[in-house]
Amino acid sequence: MNATATDEDEGRFAAHAVTLTVNGQRRQVEIQPWVTLLDLLRERLGLTGSKKGCDHGQCGACTVLVNGHRINACLTLAVMHEGAEVITVEGLAEGDALHPLQAAFIEHDAFQCGYCTPGQICSALGLIVEGEARSADEIREAMSGNLCRCGAYPNILAAIEQVLADDERRPE
Amino acid sequence: MSPFAYRKPAALDEALALAGPGARFIAGGTNLLDLMKQDVLRPKLLIDITGLPLRGIAPTGDGGLLIGALVSNAELARHPEVLRRYPLLSRAILAGASPQLRNMASTGGNLLQRTRCYYFYDTATPCNKREPGSGCAARDGLNRIHAILGASEHCVATHPSDMCVALAALEAKVVVAGPEGERRIPFADFHRLPGDTPHQDNNLEDGELITAVELPPTGFASHCAYLKVRDRASYAFALVSVAALLELDGGLIREARIAVGGVAHKPWRDSEAEVALIGQPPVEASFHAAADILLRDAQPLAHNGFKIELARRCIVRALSDAIGGGRP
Ligand code: FES
Ligand code: FES
Repeated sequence: MNATATDEDEGRFAAHAVTLTVNGQRRQVEIQPWVTLLDLLRERLGLTGSKKGCDHGQCGACTVLVNGHRINACLTLAVMHEGAEVITVEGLAEGDALHPLQAAFIEHDAFQCGYCTPGQICSALGLIVEGEARSADEIREAMSGNLCRCGAYPNILAAIEQVLADDERRPE
Repeated sequence: MSPFAYRKPAALDEALALAGPGARFIAGGTNLLDLMKQDVLRPKLLIDITGLPLRGIAPTGDGGLLIGALVSNAELARHPEVLRRYPLLSRAILAGASPQLRNMASTGGNLLQRTRCYYFYDTATPCNKREPGSGCAARDGLNRIHAILGASEHCVATHPSDMCVALAALEAKVVVAGPEGERRIPFADFHRLPGDTPHQDNNLEDGELITAVELPPTGFASHCAYLKVRDRASYAFALVSVAALLELDGGLIREARIAVGGVAHKPWRDSEAEVALIGQPPVEASFHAAADILLRDAQPLAHNGFKIELARRCIVRALSDAIGGGRP
């Protein structure tokens, strides 16, 4: 901002205090309103697991869970998430123990370059939480918001199917 | 994105008082932020309405359903009352976008989606919708996805929403609040045809905010279908989509509704085509006749002529599907 900034500009450039929980940790930040949740995670909090593929809601590489729902972090303003619980791919493993989805992705070789993978895994977690998709066709449709330019789709599907099947076998 | 100020009012009055030139309401933000990143929209102030109490889904006095403007598309599509009484609406919503986007996108915002015309998004080209008076690059450009009905020399854009096609068929009402108080707009009068003012997508007045969508008591749950045809199996806008609703009586059609998406600046309905079906047997010949009426004035551009035949077939197929395609 330069010395001739008007009052209006002062308002426009004002930063906002936002407190949110990311992977179980309370984070307090001062951010400008146009910072997306994705940019907050990557640029301010150093959580570069969530990827910026298209930055326009078209690829799903930025998928994270907010209050239990999967969303595109690139198409939402961080300032609108005061008090939110955010889970990114960094929050899935318990110490050295991988999340079942992470393990299944490795077991099924469900990636090549890996760029889409954090988004795929977070999206698959959202899918499991929703509890609606069961058949292969339903899983494909429910994963349609996540593109994989390497074309690892068959293996991504196999990994998710396995985790769903394991969940079903597990006693309540 | 150009810098902007941000406010989050806690009450409706406060939100309405903040509205003014250069200000925009934001809820899900999935389309607005996209357009801001593309520099198509440059609001000076965003009014975050997600703190307003507009998240309910409740029965209305006359047996309909009132859906708060902030209900997410995902929540609406899986609401038990919607699944039971208005399965068409649920299916249309699930045919659109991706699960991530449906978790963010709001009911009110879905109605206010802007066209996905390439030239509207490309600030290097003329577009009367984005820059009134600058011209229409789509008319003589790449227009495979554009309108075949109700277009004007100024604009050939289509409305992108699936949900709105269902709401048009169901004859919902849009509840809006503004400086003059509350009013209800019949769905058919909400969106506009482009005419010579294509920059106006709808008939909201300055400063008005959608607070709810009201569904009438009748959801045609026994005979409904939503058919969407697009360039890939999922997660793409419709080339053509059709919402079909039928009411049968003694083997004949008592009432029919056909709304077509992807073909015009708003969900397209034609009362003559619907009236022609009344008293007819629900067979393909009747459906063909109705489709012919609905498409009688269709005008192809250089690349979208295929949509006329595609729409014809989709109408016939959706009406056929509707006979057996009710609630499971
Ligand atoms: S980066 Fe968010 S959807 Fe592509
Ligand atoms: S693994 Fe390369 S994009 Fe999916």
